[in-house]
This record gives sequence, structure tokens and C-alpha cells, in this order.
Amino acid sequence: MFGKLIHKKSFGLAIVLFVFFLILPFFVSRFYIYIFALIFVTGLLATSLNIVLGYGGMFQFHHSVFYGVGAYGFVLMLTKTDLSPLFAFIVGPIVAALISLLLGLICVRLTKLYFGMLQLALGSLIWAIVFRWYSFTGGDNGIHGIPLPSIISSISGAYYFTLIITAICLIFMYLIVNSPFGSVFQAIRDNPERSEAIGVNVKRHQLIGLMIAGFFAGVAGILFVTVEGSVFPDMMFWTFSLEILIMCLLGGWFTFLGPMFGAAIIVSLRTFVGIYTEYWTLILGIVLMLLIFFLPEGVLGYFVERFQPHDKAVLSGEK
Amino acid sequence: MLRVEEIHKSFDDFKAVNGANLTVEKGKLVAVIGPNGAGKTTLFNLITGQLKADQGKVLFNEEDISSLPPYKICKRGIARSFQIANIFPRLTVFRNVQVSVLSQQEKSRKLFYPAKKLAVEETNSILESVGLSDRAGNTAGSLAHGDQRALEIAIALGNKPELLILDEPTAGMSPEETTATIELIKRLADSRELTILFCEHDMEVVFNAAQSIMVLHQGLTIIQGEPDQVRNSSQVQECYLGGAEPC
Repeated sequence: MFGKLIHKKSFGLAIVLFVFFLILPFFVSRFYIYIFALIFVTGLLATSLNIVLGYGGMFQFHHSVFYGVGAYGFVLMLTKTDLSPLFAFIVGPIVAALISLLLGLICVRLTKLYFGMLQLALGSLIWAIVFRWYSFTGGDNGIHGIPLPSIISSISGAYYFTLIITAICLIFMYLIVNSPFGSVFQAIRDNPERSEAIGVNVKRHQLIGLMIAGFFAGVAGILFVTVEGSVFPDMMFWTFSLEILIMCLLGGWFTFLGPMFGAAIIVSLRTFVGIYTEYWTLILGIVLMLLIFFLPEGVLGYFVERFQPHDKAVLSGEK
Repeated sequence: MLRVEEIHKSFDDFKAVNGANLTVEKGKLVAVIGPNGAGKTTLFNLITGQLKADQGKVLFNEEDISSLPPYKICKRGIARSFQIANIFPRLTVFRNVQVSVLSQQEKSRKLFYPAKKLAVEETNSILESVGLSDRAGNTAGSLAHGDQRALEIAIALGNKPELLILDEPTAGMSPEETTATIELIKRLADSRELTILFCEHDMEVVFNAAQSIMVLHQGLTIIQGEPDQVRNSSQVQECYLGGAEPC
């Protein structure tokens, strides 16, 4: 089914990559397994943001809220109820999607920057609740020692779980951006007024898009918990939202895999430059400046433009 | 088919449309003329819901549509083009028209079906009829101005409208392009059995093409009638065609 949907060459490449990541844990140390798992999680989060940012043209400034809500929803279900962990896996993303709908209903009245500012404000409100509500969320300490199902409690178990769920989510998101919904969503990005004039209910489309993005951010939140074994309010602080925004821009926000690529760059930068200096953001700042001047479409966006002018389909899902 | 009754719209103190009346009968090619600032675009925006009227009614097939949002008016069967090329610049030409067809077929909310397999025939036939088939794969934003205007009309056609409203379809075009566009509009009206309402600056074009002409002056309808009737109206000559150089 998917073979026909996705360009043949890129389909082959995706399979090769997937197999590569499957056998990777046999060759590298635990530390690298952890880093790769973190890249998948963060990449999934950035890709979910890019659905509304790059494909929908909505300035979702505070996307990490839904990442946090998904993670907290999952953890609270695990620690506060006796229900099967399976429920927790389902509840996390659904709660994230619902919160996304709630914020969306308020924010979608505004457009562009105003949408972004209001979203940032409301998102920070949710962060503040989580940060302060000690009895329920653990406040600024977060929640540690989460009783994860044994199959994913080891680092390689968490790695495989993350890899497989991320791959599945990417496939679904790829299908969505290439569906009629995705086409219309891109039309709204390009020209909301015109979209309305061709019979599209713009606000409703945007709300559905926000819910989809929130849902996948929630999934990423769960994956983060399985990798890290804890939750803390920092994962939904606005500076982290800024970081994922940068990942999208860095990788290329008009390409499908760009945000994944951007996440890989930033996570590696933070990890490996972070070993030498705590001022790793200095390097990030310089990288960003160079990016704005030389690669305004992002790293992957640049390569797509330059080397595959007629074959945008591979990465951006334009066909 | 379409009836606009005593419609008013002001922006702060400025009365843009001040009692306009218009009747469009099925199958006719109707033009609205008037000098710059007469309120033509405002009138069209009032009909298609981009603006809400302060007073007055818009009736389409006997239904009052004046309080509906644009997307619902579109679903009733009115499609429009805009004065400035209003397209989806980052999408391909094909995609531009396809989204419009998908919206008309109520398929715009399908989430997991590949879009490239849907509405392909309809889209290609529309692109062919406006002469853009060979540029279907180009990015819309990279087209020449004249082609963008044609694409603009193609997007509107994707909605399979009963009534097509064109806001100055030849704005910014050379005389040759203007002639070609008017020919295109006439051809579309015939082949797709469309009713078309348009506004236009070029008098010659209007009097040759339109079957009914409405004259708008300072937001007020002076007359609506057949071209000869309008040409011979003393009122129109006085306030509009009076000068040596019409418009």
C-alpha cells in the first residue's frame, strides 16, 4: 500500500535507513543508543510541529505544551490509576489533542503573529499550572521512577519502541500531508482568503490540523518518558518550544523530513558541544545566523532545491 | 438568479456602496462598470461574503445569502476571482485547481487517501480549457502575470459554479491579452453554461461582450440594461461617458 504512495527511490531509502537503525544497537554503546532514541523523539516532535508550521502556515510558538501534556497524561495514568498501561499510551496523545483543540478554539480567531503570541501565552499558563500543582504533577520536581512496562524499561527496549512508533507516526503524517486534507491545508497556508472563497471552512481545517499536531506531539511526549524514565515541567517550558521551532527552520520547514534532520543537528550539537562548554547555544547562535543568510529554506530545503528541482516529491511530499 | 437589492456599505464615514441594485439572469453575461472608486469591488465582496452589508439584501436563487460566510456562499454555487492575482503561490498549478475541485466534491477532509489520485480528470479538463495544461507541474507563483490571471479563473471553475464572478479579469493586461481573456470568458460561458458577472474598465470590451450592463457611480446604481440602452441613457452620458475619453 505504502510502496505506491511514496516515491520508489525514497521508499527504498527509508527501508534501508530503518534496517540500519534496527541493527545499530548491536554496534554502538548505550550512550549512543540513548542519543539516537532522543533524536527520534525530538524529531517526531519537530515533525508534528511542522505539520501546522510548514504545511499549515500557523505560527505555533508553544508546541512543547502538547509534548508535556502527552507525557504527563501518560505518567499520571500510570502512577495514579490501576488501569492497564495500554490505556495510558492511548490517553496521553488524546489528552494532548484535546488540549490542542481547546487552545486552538481560542487562538484560531487570530492570524499569523497574533495567533502565535496568544498561543504562547496560553501555553505558558498550562506550564505554570503543571509547575505549581505539587500534589498532582509533582511541581518543579516532576515525577521520577515511573513504573514502565518491563519490555520498554531497558534502554534498548526503549530504543526499539521509540524507533518503531516514530516510524509509524512518520508514515501517518506523510499520508496526511499528501491527502486531500493536506493539500487544502497547504492552500490555506498560501492564501486563507482564497481558500475561504473556494468553499473551504478555514477555521475548522485549522482546528483539525492543530489536533493532529497535538496528537503526535503527545505521542512524542510518551516516547520521551520511555527513554528518560521521568517527566518534568522543563519539557514544556517556552524555551524548549523555541528550540523545536529552530529545528524546523534549520532542517527546512517546507520539506517533510527537514524537522527530523534539524532535530538531529540540534540534539547532537547540544550533546557533543555541551561536553566541552556549557555555552553550546553560542555555537547554535552562529549556526542560525549563517542559516538565515545562506540557507533561508533550511538545510534539507536547500538540498531539495539544488539537487532535485523536478523531484521535490521525495522529501517534501509535493506530488 | 442573483438579485442585489438596495445594498449599502460604508467604511467609517466613507460610503463605498450606497444603494446598489443588480439583477443577473441565468445564462447571461453581465457587466458592472463605473469609474475608479465607484464601489465595484466592494459590491462583489458584499455578494460573495468577504464583507457584510450594513443594509440591503443579496438573493441567490431566491435565498437570502447576505449573512453567510464566504465558504458557504461558495457551496451555494457562486465562485469568484479577485482583482489582484489571488492564487496559492507555493503549490503547483495542478494543485491550485485540484484543491478547489476537492473542496467542491466535499473531499477536503479526507485524511489518509493520496490526493494525487483524486479529481485528476476534472482538474485536467479545467486546465485545458484555460490553456494551462502544459504548465500543470510548475509552481503557481512562478507563472507570468497573464497566466496567473488565467489560473485565477481556473481555480474558480474548480468549484463548478452556477454563477462566476470575475473582478476585473483583465486588470494589468496588454490589449492583446485583454482580447484573449475576454474570448476565454465568452468561450467558458458557452461551453460550461455559466452565468458570468464581471466588472471591467475597458468600455469597448464591455459593450462588445456583455448582454446586460449595470452602471455604478459613487456606490449608486444609475441604470441597468442592454448595452444600447445604457449607451443612449442621458444620465450615464452625463456622469460617466460624458468626457471625451471614457475612463
